[in-house]
Formats: sequence, C-alpha cells, structure tokens
Amino acid sequence: MRDTLTGSRIRERRQIAGMRQAELARQVGISASYLNLIEHNRRRIGGKLLVDIATALSVEPSLLTQGVEATLIAALREAAADSVGQQAELDGLEEFAGRFPGWAGVLAQMHRRVVSLERTVETLSDRLTHDPHLAASMHEVLSTAAAIRSTAAILAEPGEIDAEWRNRFHRNLHQDAERLAESSKALVTFLDDSDERGDRRGVPLDAVEAFFAEHGFHFPDIETGMFPSLDALDPAAKSIAGDILKTCASDAQALPLQPLLSALGGDNQDPLGLAIEFSTDLARVLRRLAFLPEGALPHPAGLVICDASGSVLFYKPTLGFALPRYGEACPLWPVYTALNRPLVPIHKRVVQLGRSAAEFDCYAIASPLPAKDFGADPVYRSVMLVLPVGDGAQPPETATQAGTSCRVCPKRACPARREPSILSEGF
Amino acid sequence: MSRKVLLIEDEPNITEAIRFLLTREGWQVESHAEGTDAIQVIAAARPDLVILDVMLPGKSGMDILRDLRDHADLQALPVLMLTARGQSRDREMAERAGVSRFMTKPFSNAEVLTAVRDLHAQASRS
Repeated sequence: MRDTLTGSRIRERRQIAGMRQAELARQVGISASYLNLIEHNRRRIGGKLLVDIATALSVEPSLLTQGVEATLIAALREAAADSVGQQAELDGLEEFAGRFPGWAGVLAQMHRRVVSLERTVETLSDRLTHDPHLAASMHEVLSTAAAIRSTAAILAEPGEIDAEWRNRFHRNLHQDAERLAESSKALVTFLDDSDERGDRRGVPLDAVEAFFAEHGFHFPDIETGMFPSLDALDPAAKSIAGDILKTCASDAQALPLQPLLSALGGDNQDPLGLAIEFSTDLARVLRRLAFLPEGALPHPAGLVICDASGSVLFYKPTLGFALPRYGEACPLWPVYTALNRPLVPIHKRVVQLGRSAAEFDCYAIASPLPAKDFGADPVYRSVMLVLPVGDGAQPPETATQAGTSCRVCPKRACPARREPSILSEGF
Repeated sequence: MSRKVLLIEDEPNITEAIRFLLTREGWQVESHAEGTDAIQVIAAARPDLVILDVMLPGKSGMDILRDLRDHADLQALPVLMLTARGQSRDREMAERAGVSRFMTKPFSNAEVLTAVRDLHAQASRS
C-alpha cells in the first residue's frame, strides 16, 4: 500500500510528546510552515530529515513510515459498509487509521464483535420470547454494543472534541469492551450448557464447515466405505455432517478415486466429459472434484451448495473466492442462475469484482432431490464447483462480472443491484 | 427557548453518548434511570420529547408509554423508544401503545439524531 501518512504520524507523535510545531521545526532546522505542510501530508519526507525528526521525537524512523495494515483498512471499510444511516468519510479512512491505529483497531474489533453478535441474535431471535434468561443476556449484550457503537462513532468523527468528553468516552469504551467480553462469555457458557442438554442453539453449519476444513475437505476413509468419527460435533452439526458424508460416500462409489485421478491426468478434465465417461450426473462430479485429495487438481477447488431459496447449505472456500455466508450474496454467481434453468449444465468464467479481481471457471447445475411421493413438488439443490484460473489467462469477453454483495460491489449499472454500493468511487 | 429532551435509560454509557450528541445539537438533556417513577419525572420535567428504553428497572418502557398516552397532559408527547428487542411483535406492541418512533439497539448516532429532529419538527407543526 502506498504510504502517504508519514506526516500524520509525525503530527500524532509530536502531540503525544507535547511538543509545539515551532519547537520541533527549530530542533530539526526547518521552518514551522514547512513542518506544517509535512504534517498535513502535502510534502513527502524521507532521508536525513525523517531521521532527525524521529530522533527529536524519540521514536524509530520506521514508526513514522510504517503503513497501516491493509487488514485494518479492510475491517474499517466493512464497519463503514455495515453502519446504518451513518455515512463514514471513506476518503479519510487511511488517515484515521494512520493517526489513531489503536482506536481504529478497537473500532474494527468492536465491529467484528457486533457482526458476530448480530449473527447470533438472528439465529436465536425466535427463542428470545420463550427464554427469559437468554432474553436478559441478549439485552445486556445489545445494550453494551449500542453504547460501544455510539461512543466509537463520536470518537471516530473528524475534528477535535473537548478533552474532558474524549477522556470520558475513552473510559466508557474500555468499560463497555470489558463488559461485552464478560457478557459474551456468559452467553457462550449459557449456550454451551444448552448444547450439553442436547438443545440446538448454535450455528451447526459453521461447525460442519470447520470440521471439513480441519480434514482438508478430504476423507480417505470414505474411499474404502468407512466413515470418520463425528463425536466432536454437537448433535445438530453431527446430523448435517453425516448427511454430507453419506453423499460423499455415494459420490466416491460412482467415481472411484484411482480411475478418476487417471481420467483427470489425461485429456478429460471437463466435468461434463467426466460425467459422461463415468455414466453419472454432473452434480455428483462437481461435488466429487471438490472433495479430492490435495494436489489432484491444479488449484484447490471451491464448492457451494444452495437450495431454491438461495440459502447456502455448504460452502468450501478457495483462494480469492468470497461469498457471504448468510444471505445478501450476488445473484449473478452461476450457483444461483442455475436455479433459473434447472437441469441445464452451466459453465461460466466469472471475474470476482474487487481488489484481487480473481477469476474462476464455475460449473453449476440445479437438480431435484429424489421424489418421495408421486406428484410432489420437486425440491431443488444447486451445486457450483469453483476452479481458480491460473495467472496469465485472459478472461473471455463473455466473462460474468460478479461481486460478493451489493454493498461492497463497485459494478455500475448492474441489473441485479439491490442497494447502492458504498464503493461508488471505485477501489 | 431551549428544547428539552428527557432520556429514560438505565445504561449510563448510552445516556452519556446521547447526552453529548443532543447537547451539541442545542438540546437541554435530562436523564432518569428508573422505570417506577418515570411518569412523575416526565410530568415534572415537561420535556419536548422523551427517549424511552424498554427494559427498565421497576417498570417496563412499554407500560410507561401506555400510562403516558392515558395521561391527559402528556398524551401528545413525542416518544422515541429504544430497545434491544427488535422483533416485529415488539414493534407492533409499541405501535399499539402509541409510540412515535421505534428504534432497535445497536442504533447509529445518525439514526437517533434524525429521529429526534423529525419528531420535534412534527410536534412543532401540529
């Protein structure tokens, strides 16, 4: 990241040192007006002058030149995107993070906590009225989150605020952060206790995906008809993981590992061609390719399975591929468009809009689950295999541009847009 | 003449943040953290607007709102209700009780300020 904030850091460090601008300028042999330009990032600085200023401020020069971590910027950008009715000054984001890295970190951390807690609230909302203890705990957590959000927003506003108020807000923020940590812990303990009672209150899909990730999304036992132990999972996650593993076992039977690896080593790497060669359906091939051992494909493949509501039922990430776990995803991904054309195999090159502009070959198909009754409405599942495209490949003109979700997507004039993007100025 | 808001909220750091925001906007801010005697406090303070939390010690904000709407002198007072319970049935209950605006925690400062300005403007026109 291009660093343009050395001046801001000098100003911050000078103020921490309680030194006047004129005093620092005199010590390093420059005019106060020139230092003022430097501090407002209007003059670049380096070499001897930087070292002299660092010496005068008793800090390492690297402390003044070190850029703000990209992850912190990204986290703050997400916090801005998620704020409701509050228009954050994105132009000043890097400066804010550069001048107040500690508070920026606190804000980013608090935002992550709020997101995590909001997700928990969503999962548990239907139980609130039936469980007074849980309702009281959630009230405590949300009230604390409200206090943190409000206080942090005041501190993040541009411009100075009265020192007494600022100190009071810093103290409140610290108290609330402590309280939030405690109440979150209490809530987790409560939920853990509930799990021990066999009561489902968590988010089992997260546990299932974590379980698959721990095993590298491949289970050698499955190849020989054995099942891995699921004892570490809670009852709900165990049930879901068991169903997925049964499907994996069935896929492995239809597409045995060695013949499949031989086919992949030859000319036939097209999923549809593999389906024909192994006399099986495309959805099975797509799932099977995603659960192969590491190294079987040039790049690890991603996988998404969703139902007709668009809810993600299983998600295997791959490098650069991002899809929101809970709703609000970009509907242009083939896993969703396949639902418009059931049983039609879809192959699209997709460019994911964003800083990385990662490219993927996506194969998708929506097909019905086996019917249980004559005349019953079909229940569809859509499966998408995501194969990263190697460096150097040119995207075809027909490549689909897809985002993660509207709020952080810069694509203009998108027919699928649901709400304005906060990135209207682009990346 | 100074506009006065009465904030009935038992979370001191929320009170402090809202007090800062509204004072900066020119409001005179008074606060109270108990539900039991809230009606008497409102009657004595004669605010232009009330910001009311739902879960309060002693008496719920929903009951206070109902009492307020039954009170001959206070029934027209604009009430902005803040709650951690944002379910549709809670919202419906508040609307039936006569809430002027309903807001769920964690709210943004801009939301609070906009709601206060809107409610005050509406009350001034009527």
